[in-house]
Amino acid sequence: MAQDFIDTIDQDIHSEPMILQMGPSHPATHGTVRFTLTLDGETIIKADTEVGYLHRGFEKEVENKTWTQAFPYTDRLNYVSPLLNNFGYALAVEKLLEIEVPDRCDWIRTIMGELSRLSDHLTCLGAGALELNAMTAFLYAIEGRELVWDIVEAVTGARMTVSYGRIGGVKDDLPENFGEMWQKARARILDIHATTHKLLSRNRIFLDRMEGTGVLTPDQAIAWGYTGPTLRSTGVAYDVRKDHPYFKYNEVDFTVPVGTRGDNYDRYLVRMEELVQSVSIIDQALEKMEPGPINTDDPRVMLPEKQKVYNSIEGMIAHFKIVFEGIQVPAGEVYSYTEGGCGELGFYIVSNGTGKPWKVHVRSPSFIHMGGIHKLLEGSMISDLIPTFDTINMIGGECDR
Amino acid sequence: MAKKLIDLVKRKHKDAVVDSHNRLGDDTVIIRPEHLIEIATTLRDDAGAKMNLLRDITAVDYLNRVPRFEVVYIFYSIELKHQLLVRVLVDEDSCKVPTLNEVYPIAGWLEREVFDMYGVDFTGHPDLRRVLLYEEFEGHPLRKDYAVQASQPRVALRARERDAVEEFKEYVQDERAKGSREQY
Amino acid sequence: MGLEHKIDESIAFTTKLDDAVNWARKHSLFQYPFVTACCGMEYMATAASRYDIARFGAEIPRFSPRQADLLWVVGTVNHKLAPFLRRIYEQISEPKWVISFGVCASTGGFYDNYATVQGIDKIIPVDVYIPGCPPRPEQVLDGLLALQAKIEEEPWLKYAYEEKRRMRESEGGIIEDAEPLFRKVDV
Repeated sequence: MAQDFIDTIDQDIHSEPMILQMGPSHPATHGTVRFTLTLDGETIIKADTEVGYLHRGFEKEVENKTWTQAFPYTDRLNYVSPLLNNFGYALAVEKLLEIEVPDRCDWIRTIMGELSRLSDHLTCLGAGALELNAMTAFLYAIEGRELVWDIVEAVTGARMTVSYGRIGGVKDDLPENFGEMWQKARARILDIHATTHKLLSRNRIFLDRMEGTGVLTPDQAIAWGYTGPTLRSTGVAYDVRKDHPYFKYNEVDFTVPVGTRGDNYDRYLVRMEELVQSVSIIDQALEKMEPGPINTDDPRVMLPEKQKVYNSIEGMIAHFKIVFEGIQVPAGEVYSYTEGGCGELGFYIVSNGTGKPWKVHVRSPSFIHMGGIHKLLEGSMISDLIPTFDTINMIGGECDR
Repeated sequence: MAKKLIDLVKRKHKDAVVDSHNRLGDDTVIIRPEHLIEIATTLRDDAGAKMNLLRDITAVDYLNRVPRFEVVYIFYSIELKHQLLVRVLVDEDSCKVPTLNEVYPIAGWLEREVFDMYGVDFTGHPDLRRVLLYEEFEGHPLRKDYAVQASQPRVALRARERDAVEEFKEYVQDERAKGSREQY
Repeated sequence: MGLEHKIDESIAFTTKLDDAVNWARKHSLFQYPFVTACCGMEYMATAASRYDIARFGAEIPRFSPRQADLLWVVGTVNHKLAPFLRRIYEQISEPKWVISFGVCASTGGFYDNYATVQGIDKIIPVDVYIPGCPPRPEQVLDGLLALQAKIEEEPWLKYAYEEKRRMRESEGGIIEDAEPLFRKVDV
C-alpha cells in the first residue's frame, strides 16, 4: 500500500540522469583521468573513463634514443617506484642480449627494488588517506617515504627519478654506511606502519567508506586483466616474484598477502602487509649479500675501465662506440615481466640489431586497470569512487606513458 | 618449457599456424587474422591451456616488410603458469583484425590503444575510438612514417609576451632616474 | 568596478599602500595545484611536514579556481590537456600568479615530441619558472620566495594593468613590439 503510494509519486516526478564530468584536474584523482559519470541521484549508472592526459610519447621517444638513453624515460613511467621500472627494462634487454649479471648486482637490485616498492605503497596509502580526509595518516606516510628517499638519494644521487639501472648492472655500489642508515629508517618505518594501523584500520569512518565498496570478484578481476595487489585482494595468489622468480627472490623468505573479499579495505590491508614483507626482504638480503663485482664484464655491454679508456686506443674506441652507437643488441623480440608497484609490469622489446630500439612497449598495469574500472564504479555512489580509485593506484605516468 | 602450447595450437588448428618458435623461452605462434578468435577461444577453454589472463595486446610496425604490421597478443595462465605469444600478420592495405572483445573483456580497451597508435582496425569492436590521444588528432603516431615532433596543438599557442607590470616599471624608470624620492 | 579601474595612468605613487597590500598578498597565497605527473610527488613532499610549505603562508590547496590565486602547474602538460589548463587559468580571478613547476612545465622537458606542449608559457603567462626534474623541495621553496619577492615589487593596481593586457591579448594582438600600455605625459 505504501509502496503503491510511493510508486505513484515517482511516476509524477520527472527525473532524468545527470552527466557529471570529474575532469582531468581533480583533487581526488591520483593522476589526470577524466570520468564522465551518468548519475541517477548519487548512484553512478554509467562511467566512461578517459585517459591520455599525461601521454608523453614514451615509445616514440625511446625509438630515437640508444638502449641506455632509455633509462631516464623508464624512471618516469611509474614515478613513485622508479627503480622497479629501471630494473624491469634492464632485465628485458639483458634477456635479449642473453647475458648474466653477477650475484651482488642481483642482490642490490632486489634491495633497491623493495625500497621503491616501500615508496610506492607509502604514497598510495598516504594519498588514499588524504583523499578520505585523514590528513595525519598522510603526513606520517610521507615522512616514511622521505626516509626511504634519503636512503635512495645516498645510493643513487637522486630522490625520485634516479636512472640507477644499467644494462648489465647498476650505476654504483651501495655506500658503506648503508646498513646503519637502513637500521635507523627501518625502525621508524615500522613505527609509522603501526601508527597508521592504529589510526585507520579500526576507524569507524574509514571502515564505512572502504568496506564493501569497489568489490571485485576473482573471475571478474582476471577477465579484466587485473594483477598485483588488486588481484591479490580478491583471493588469487598471483605474484610474479613467487611464481616466476627473478633477481634473488627465490633466496629470501617472504609471504604474499592475499585478501578475501576484494573490496577497498582488503586492498588497503594487502598493501599494509606488503610493506612489512618488503622490510623483511631487505633485512634478509643485507645479511645474505656478499661483496663482489656489480656489473657484468661483457665488453659488448660494459664501458671499459677509465684507465684503459684514457691510455689505450682499443679502450677509447670501445667506449666511443658504446656511448655513441649504443649497445648492439641482437635482432629479435622478447617479453619480460616483473612485479611492479601496481601490478605486473612487462616490457615487450623488439630489436633490429642496432644500437637503438625498434620498439619498447610497456605492459603497464595502470592502463589495464583503467580498462576495467567502470565495472567497479557502476552501481556505486560518487563518494565510493574516491576510495576505489585510490586503492586501484593508477599512476598517470604508467597509464598514459 | 616444453612446447606443449605450440603443439596444442598446431593440433587443433592445423592450417592456421604460419610459423612458430621458442626462442629465449617465449613460446610464439605466428598466424593470420582469420584464425585469431578460434585460437583464442581454444587457449581460454582447453583444459591443457587454461589461459585466462590476456596480458597485453600491442602492435609492431616493421616498416619495409610485407606484411607491414604485426599485432601481438600475450596470453597467460594463472593456474598452469605458462605463456604464449600470438603474433598476427596484418597487411598495410587491409589492416583489419577481428576483435577479441567477446573472448576477453579487457581486449576492447587494449585494442583501442593499438588503433590509436597504429591505425589497425578491429572489426566488430563496439566502441573503437582513440584512448590516449584526442579526437582531432590526425594520423597514427607510432607508425614509423610519422615524424616525432609533428605536434597538432589544440589551443592557439601564444608567443611570449612581456608582463604588464614589467612594462609599468619601465615606464616609471624615468621618474626614478630624475631623483624622485618615491620608490616607484 | 573599483577605484583601480578608474585610474588610467598612475597619477599618484602609492608606496605604503603597495607595501601593505603586497605584504598581505604574498603571505597568504591560496594555491591551485594543477598536478599532472612526477613533479606532483615532490609537490606533495614540499607540502608535507619535512619541507613545510605552510610556514610561508602557502598552505591551503583550494581545489576550485574561483577560490585560488596561485596556479601551480606541476608536471607535463600535453596537447590533450592544454585547453583545460587555459580554461582553468581564465577562471581564476585577478590578482593571480602562475608558477611553472619542473622542466616539463617550463620548456617541455626532455619530451620533445608530438604529444607535449613545449612549455606552458605557450598557453598561459608564467611568473616564476622552477627548473628541475623534479626540483628538490628546497628549490621549490626558493621559487616560492622568488615569487614573493616579485609580488612585493608590484603596484597594488596590478588588477588594472592585467586587465589591459588581457584585453589586448583577446583582440589578437600578442606581439612583441605592441603599443605600450602607458603613454608618457610631460608635466
